[in-house]
Amino acid sequence: MTAMIQRWLAPSRLLPVIFPAALLFLWWLATHNHPDGLIPPPDLIVRELADTAGLTGDHDEFSGSLWSNLLASASRVFGGFLLSAALALPLGLLIGQLQIVRRMLDSMFQVLRPIPVTAWQPLFLILFGLGSRSATMLVALGCFYPILLNTIFGVRSVEPRLFEAAAMLGISRAALFPKVVLPSASPGIFTGLRLGLGFAWVVIVVGEISGVRVGLGAMIENAREVSRTDVVIAGMIVIGLAGYLSDQAIRALSRRVLRWSPQHG
Amino acid sequence: MADLVAERPRVTPRAASAPADNPILKIEAVNKRFVTAGGEIDALRAVNLEIGRREFVCLIGASGCGKSTLLRMIAGFETSSDGEVLMNGNRVVGPGPDRGMVFQDYGLFPWLTVRRNIGFGPAARGVKRAEVDRIVARFIAMIGLDRFADAYPHQLSGGMKQRVAIARVLANDAVVILMDEPFGALDAMTRERLQSELLTIWEATGLTVLFVTHAIEEAILLADRVIVMSPGPGRITADIAIDLPRPRDVVSAEFNEKRAHVAGLLQGSH
Repeated sequence: MTAMIQRWLAPSRLLPVIFPAALLFLWWLATHNHPDGLIPPPDLIVRELADTAGLTGDHDEFSGSLWSNLLASASRVFGGFLLSAALALPLGLLIGQLQIVRRMLDSMFQVLRPIPVTAWQPLFLILFGLGSRSATMLVALGCFYPILLNTIFGVRSVEPRLFEAAAMLGISRAALFPKVVLPSASPGIFTGLRLGLGFAWVVIVVGEISGVRVGLGAMIENAREVSRTDVVIAGMIVIGLAGYLSDQAIRALSRRVLRWSPQHG
Repeated sequence: MADLVAERPRVTPRAASAPADNPILKIEAVNKRFVTAGGEIDALRAVNLEIGRREFVCLIGASGCGKSTLLRMIAGFETSSDGEVLMNGNRVVGPGPDRGMVFQDYGLFPWLTVRRNIGFGPAARGVKRAEVDRIVARFIAMIGLDRFADAYPHQLSGGMKQRVAIARVLANDAVVILMDEPFGALDAMTRERLQSELLTIWEATGLTVLFVTHAIEEAILLADRVIVMSPGPGRITADIAIDLPRPRDVVSAEFNEKRAHVAGLLQGSH
């Protein structure tokens, strides 16, 4: 028992906790005497989190709404992400591998890439209508460039030595792509997927702030309109946790697939 | 290693140095020019060389003498500006499994295990799965890496990686093995072990070995013939027979005599 406590209190375990705990304490110190101030104290946020999760007996318009909002956002995030990956992966492999495709598309993407998703949003609302579809498409756009660019980079950075090794072992030209290029590019591809999924959770809030009724972005926006700062912050925390968990999932997957790589395995 | 010795007849060493009647490799009047920003460079000029079947030949010379270029030309990675490289009488037009290359930086596929690195060549050439497994098992035993068969290259030491690199060209039925300073990145003890293992493999298999090095002792320890090359332009300046019996004693008088001879030739060539 004491051994277990000692392990839990080991400095290496505590290290990542110290700083956020201090910040939380300062936050509480500054706010706990003014529960109706501009920023509510942290214990109130925790209570509100529990309330939106349906764990308390309260009944306001946000009570118990967390799960449907989270589900709506997550389905848009993963829907947009998968759509984006389905387009950006093959396109990135083509651009990386074939010079003619690269010369055809590279400059176009260089010009399109700096346009932020917020600038695309009005056009998407016109194109896809006010609602869930626009948000999903916006997420897809947000994931697109990180996946595309890292895939291209992965394909283009195959060690020339490995082409020589494969050639002297008698590989056919057709087999070069699946046997050498693709596995070589896989760390780059995973970096792109990971960055893309991270962006997806950023973009979803932008996408949901107008035109949709369910979703974490919508929940935050609705709460802001009625000055429910506690719900706003609770929503932010849920987005942070959801983004963290999906990143952990993709990292676990890449550790499995890339266990041969000293940087990933 | 015992495995291999048992399976294949032991080769009677050929009389060293005499150019073979039926050379496996023939380099005829080869020139190689590189165009650089500073103008044309003669990497190789008027190079003629014949390598006999089962010969162990070392190419030695200062950097810039074209020894690696010549090796890469035989491998088919580079083309000659003039002249021809003939393998078994056929013109070399590109890389092929008959000429296995061992690189100083190994060139193993990092995403494949030892087993699958060794099986890469046979699998790529369409050998049946069961047969690939059989070949792989034999060569893993030969290089003594049974315990590491399912390890990835980054988990191996430099010496182990180079054993795998040698095994994969042997598993792929290479006839000539081209080695570009293969032990240059290894520590002295590992280098010595690999040198003696390479000799055992060579004696057991009847391979032809062309070995690039800049270490005089290594060349004289290993080779039937030492080809001395010089830079500016890259060319062959001497072809020395090393007719000492193996295993060779690096502190014997005869060995030192050869060493001094080659060292003198290398010094004079600058």
